[in-house]
Amino acid sequence: MAKRPISNVTLSNRKWALGYTIAGALLFLIYQFLLPWNGLPDGIYRGVYQWMPPAAVNESLVYVIMALGLNIVVGYAGLLDLGYVAFWAIGGYCAGWFMSEFFYFLNIHFFGSVGLDRPGIHINFWMVLIIGGFVCALFGVLIGAPTLRLKSDYLALVTLGFGEIIPQVFFNGENFFGFNISNGTKGIVIVDPIPVGVKNLGPFDFGWKLLIFILLAAVMVFISLRLRRGRLGRAWLAIREDELAASMMGVPLMRTKLASYAVGAFAGGLGGVAFATHVNGVYAERFNFAISIFLLAMVVLGGMGNVWGVILGAFVLSWVNGTGLVAFGKTFNSQFGTNIDFASFTFLLFGLVLILMMLFRREGFLPESRLKLVLNEDELDTASEAKKAKK
Amino acid sequence: MAKVAELQKFKGTRGQIRRQRVERIGAIIISLVLALWMLVNIIEAPSQFAQVAILGLRNGLLYAFIALGYTLVYGIIELINFAHGDLFMLSAVFSSFFITVWFNQDASNPAGWLTFILCLFAVMVFGAVINVLIERLAYRRLRHAPRLAPLITAVGMSFLLNFIGLKWNGSTPRQWPTVIPNFDIYVAGVRINMVTIMLFLVGIPLLLGLNYIVTKTKNGKAMRATAQDRDAAALMGINVNKTIAFTFAIGGAMAGAAGLFYQQAVGTTNYNLGFQLGLIAFTSAVLGGIGNLWGAVVGAMLIGFIQGLNDGLPIAFGQQWSQSVVFTILIIILVFKPAGLLGKVTTEKV
Repeated sequence: MAKRPISNVTLSNRKWALGYTIAGALLFLIYQFLLPWNGLPDGIYRGVYQWMPPAAVNESLVYVIMALGLNIVVGYAGLLDLGYVAFWAIGGYCAGWFMSEFFYFLNIHFFGSVGLDRPGIHINFWMVLIIGGFVCALFGVLIGAPTLRLKSDYLALVTLGFGEIIPQVFFNGENFFGFNISNGTKGIVIVDPIPVGVKNLGPFDFGWKLLIFILLAAVMVFISLRLRRGRLGRAWLAIREDELAASMMGVPLMRTKLASYAVGAFAGGLGGVAFATHVNGVYAERFNFAISIFLLAMVVLGGMGNVWGVILGAFVLSWVNGTGLVAFGKTFNSQFGTNIDFASFTFLLFGLVLILMMLFRREGFLPESRLKLVLNEDELDTASEAKKAKK
Repeated sequence: MAKVAELQKFKGTRGQIRRQRVERIGAIIISLVLALWMLVNIIEAPSQFAQVAILGLRNGLLYAFIALGYTLVYGIIELINFAHGDLFMLSAVFSSFFITVWFNQDASNPAGWLTFILCLFAVMVFGAVINVLIERLAYRRLRHAPRLAPLITAVGMSFLLNFIGLKWNGSTPRQWPTVIPNFDIYVAGVRINMVTIMLFLVGIPLLLGLNYIVTKTKNGKAMRATAQDRDAAALMGINVNKTIAFTFAIGGAMAGAAGLFYQQAVGTTNYNLGFQLGLIAFTSAVLGGIGNLWGAVVGAMLIGFIQGLNDGLPIAFGQQWSQSVVFTILIIILVFKPAGLLGKVTTEKV
């Protein structure tokens, strides 16, 4: 048998890096240098700020990171996770605990970005990223270990349960058996800035933080693409397509599913820490069920299993939810003199996206060719039978 | 002969036996802890215990009506109908408007009682029609699609109904008057609200009626046959599409009744009501053994009871942990006994 040419694998993995770098650099240059430039016409400046402000771009990128993580669980391994917000919350609170003055009675510094005289735990942002990721991965395994044996829809329910319990723990965390673990509804405010050697990036350094988020998203893209090619990724796809057949072929179901949970949760942790630095705080009420569905809608809309589709979905939906709908409403209302509250239409929009996509384009906008076949197996079967009958 | 005796002795593989043992020990420990907790509370505050227990059972009845819809639908097409809780919410809003705005009743008098009865019929029809529409427009087309597709559609439907509720009810909770007798009576020093008694008086006959439909009528028989084996049922001349639509209609009607009961008992409606109550109701259905009608009722009563005790007793986690308690029950049940209390263990057929 001829050996499979391995070079193909690395080549396709290099191609995206170039495109991604160009796109990322372009985005960064626009927001860091072009936007503050004095020579820019006022109209363009105002247009950008109305339709695509820097904060919205950064937020979209945080969603991209998390949607990529969810994509590994839902898109690759085919396990429906309805409580992904739990990992976001845990990641966020990791940032809150290790990068702020929340534990005011301690004084621990580890390459932090604030002065040594400040109380609290101040660990370097890059390390907190890793800590948050691994804490989330640990929780993913802890949640997954007892529950992954369940049938798919029961699993969805258990994840949903955890997605409700963990945010509630943080929400009521001001008095958690006598300890204050999260400051409750007040939240943990002022997270340390991001140290990048020459300067510290505070909450308003959108441009530079954009670069960091692009980098984190790139790490997730890299992890997703590489894992998919490898043994683990192929095992995930096998489980997604037929669990029983996969286990008969020697795929260890539990271990493979747990791995998908762990990797997905890791991304949730990265996203959580990134989001905490983006909004400069951790707020308990932000972690609700709607976020889990929102992330799921991104994965479904863009194309389950396809990294580029998920990125597109995350960008489009978070833009629509954050700025698009409001900006459109403002323009529409001022144009036609109406007074319609467009922001309240998010429910309708997301509901319709999920339903219509499932009914008419199950594979998403940028589908993964393999999943497309699986999802439309039924229609394809009937079509081929009809063909046979014709003959 | 020896072989037969051996087979009779065979209780399962080693793994199954170990699992059964774990299940049994877990059940004993959990019930012991629960009993101890209740005992401590009974000694601490006996009349308060009785009071919150009754309140919990009333909520349990509400959950039971929602849980029935989940269990019926899951039994027949194996779909967790996420939109069901929101159907309940819409029904509650519908009842409020029916009674207070359209029929202009705001007090407990004969006219109000008549409106209540009228509304019960109207809201049951309302729930049934909406549920059948949802099935017809969305779920039917996805019946042969992979599991994930209808589930995600159901979540989308839930959002859609949520939106309708948001536009209909407004974004803030609304207060409504009660039109059924609403005063307290005291039985041995324990306060019981008349509404609670009325709900049981109306609710239990409804449950018995449902039981009659499912076990005695031809449609009910078709339902059970379809739930067992859809293809075989179709071969026997059962119209599967019609039967599934009928199941959705019954489930919707029950959710409708629950909406009216909730609106009368609690008196407030909110657009995001359906999510939490739907989840609690689904937990009840799972606890009782999904697909089993009486299991859903028993599970709902149990959940309502435990939740009521947790919310109202002096020695408990308290109301702010209510959700967590319910979901912890759900997770424990799913992990240790996925078949539920009254459910049968099924093995996957290949």
